[in-house]
Amino acid sequence: MTAYRVYSKEEWTSAVKALESHYQVFVPVKDGDFHLFGLLSEGKRPDFDFQNTHLSPKSIVYPQSERMFEYSLDGEDPDAHMLKEAPKDFSPRAIVGIRPCDALAFQRVRVNFDTPRYRDPWWVSRFESTTFVGLGCNAPEATCFCTSVGGGPFSEAGLDVLLYDLGDRFLAKVLTSKGDGLLKKALGGMEADGTLVRQAESLALKVTEAMPAVVPVDGLKDKSVLELFEAPFWEDVAFGCINCGTCTYLCPTCWCFDIQDEVLGKSGDRIRNWDSCMFPLFTLHGSGHNPRGGKVARVRQRFMHKLKYYLDKYNEGVQCSGCGRCVRSCPANIDIRQVAELMNSL
Amino acid sequence: MLHYTEKIREIAGRLLKQGVVDVFIGYRKGSVPMMNNPLLIRDPGSTDLLYWDSNCALNLCNYLTGRKDRIGIVATGCVSRNIVTHIVENQISRSQLYVVGIPCTGMISHRAVIRAVGGREIIEFEEQGERFLVRGRDFEEIFEKNDFLQSNCAVCRYPNPVLYDEMLGERVPGYEGDDVYRDVEKVEQMSSEDRRGFFSRMISRCIRCYACRDACPLCYCPTCFVDESRPQWVGKSIDPVDTMTFHLLRAFHCAGRCTDCGACERACPMGIPVRQFTKKLNKDVQELFSWEAGLGLEQRPPLDVYRQDDYDGFIR
Ligand code: SF4
Ligand code: SF4
Ligand code: SF4
Ligand code: SF4
Ligand code: SF4
Repeated sequence: MTAYRVYSKEEWTSAVKALESHYQVFVPVKDGDFHLFGLLSEGKRPDFDFQNTHLSPKSIVYPQSERMFEYSLDGEDPDAHMLKEAPKDFSPRAIVGIRPCDALAFQRVRVNFDTPRYRDPWWVSRFESTTFVGLGCNAPEATCFCTSVGGGPFSEAGLDVLLYDLGDRFLAKVLTSKGDGLLKKALGGMEADGTLVRQAESLALKVTEAMPAVVPVDGLKDKSVLELFEAPFWEDVAFGCINCGTCTYLCPTCWCFDIQDEVLGKSGDRIRNWDSCMFPLFTLHGSGHNPRGGKVARVRQRFMHKLKYYLDKYNEGVQCSGCGRCVRSCPANIDIRQVAELMNSL
Repeated sequence: MLHYTEKIREIAGRLLKQGVVDVFIGYRKGSVPMMNNPLLIRDPGSTDLLYWDSNCALNLCNYLTGRKDRIGIVATGCVSRNIVTHIVENQISRSQLYVVGIPCTGMISHRAVIRAVGGREIIEFEEQGERFLVRGRDFEEIFEKNDFLQSNCAVCRYPNPVLYDEMLGERVPGYEGDDVYRDVEKVEQMSSEDRRGFFSRMISRCIRCYACRDACPLCYCPTCFVDESRPQWVGKSIDPVDTMTFHLLRAFHCAGRCTDCGACERACPMGIPVRQFTKKLNKDVQELFSWEAGLGLEQRPPLDVYRQDDYDGFIR
């Protein structure tokens, strides 16, 4: 039987506080104009009154810049030119208040970093050391479309616990043993009775039914890649794009990176940084040739990867969790919902 | 500025039909409140897509670079100044352009509006003359546009296009106060320690997405210094030193060329006031060379001329 616990809002704040002796606890905090995930241990005050965080929590598992290796270039050093793994922190962490779309996003990204053939040890270790405590969405934004891409405002995919905000209290639904373990370490709360559970279920139903946008992606699987690739609309879609990194860096499902060496004196670091298919450098060959030399090709790549190549390759839905961040923050108002519709109806 | 929409459609239709231009560049109404979408049309039958209001704050000059066709383009004061700069820097030729000038009453800072409604989600935006209305799920507010201008627009001295083939309306008054650079002066008065702290805090949230660079019409280099790998001028991680290097170098590349159009700041997804860098250089250039960018086709920008009588000894 599924376990539910209930916490008054004050209790929940202390419960989260109590987690600190067991986890690095990331919580949504109000930071200027936005909510962002911050570390509780840095004195941040959790604020669960938000629609979604401005940046996705992807950097908690997959930092924007990460030192992979370090090395010495000193000829005297017997270990010269040997890559040594740089120290990394895989201690347990908890993301408390992650929205269901962002939890789903980690699942969509996982098929890339954790495959039978290749495993990215750092992504996987950090992912495995993370407990995901979701917060269902009572007030989806107008740009949210999780329900169109396999998620939902109360979707449980990729979560260990799902919280329902019931006004003066949180109902916590335990979804995995990891989640159970976390709630045992959080103090306070009590077992919830059936009335509260029914209240939560009807809340979830009501919100899900009222989801603002339906973005059609159901026809994409059967479309021909080449026809989509050569579709007449790309030039128009791409015109306004300035090829910045906003959409990809804010996106919880974008995973691309670049590897760089940085040397100071005789010691160096090998660093992995987020990269973006919107940047010209992304595909620049050593020869100087760039197979995606212009912006139309780059914009097409972003949408084709998310909405077609990924779907065809993994058959796990599209590489988009419907969070709407790119829609809200694109300075040129390039809207993936409209592009999905164009592609889906080609 | 909504009322310009009809006129823009009319003119674009005329220019395309008569074959005066091959393409017309303007805006399409955006899919989210206070965001519009830069648009290029070729077909006189699709002029209905064109739109204009006080949320057209990316700089359309950015879309001219390297084009070979004949272009009709909508331009406010600052955009026209960037077009002048583009012509002077040989990025486009005057004869390719048909500039439809907009006497501009300023662009709205969407961030300031969101702040004013306490961060609540805005679902609808409606411009009503010099006021505008915003609506959310459970609120509705009417604001005076003048209270919500982008900070560059609030002190803009050149709201009327300096170069145009046709004007859409009567000229509007520019800002006449003498405190245009008050924000810069505040920073100048800080000790160098405080100033470093100020700028470091300012960019601490930068995610190196380069939207500020990419939104800027001045940044047309085929390979930007941040993308150069041989030699590599700046590290690519989010190390604060590299991030600061990016910002300072970007700003210096804009010195004497920046029109304070605000597109960089508008585009930044993190709300970083990047104009604090460029504006300081605008002030310096004005003080040192009595120069403001993009006011006329006759003169070259001070930093790309060599004069034997330069007052600075090191260059003679
Ligand atoms: S789609 Fe928008 S956010 Fe993405 S690169 Fe283009 S302009 Fe930037
Ligand atoms: S593509 Fe856009 S809507 Fe989809 S997950 Fe990424 S940021 Fe969210
Ligand atoms: S996309 Fe769905 S899960 Fe994400 S914030 Fe919106 S409603 Fe919640
Ligand atoms: S630096 Fe910013 S304000 Fe100056 S011209 Fe470029 S985009 Fe406009
Ligand atoms: S747009 Fe903003 S976040 Fe992006 S690089 Fe510029 S200052 Fe940094």
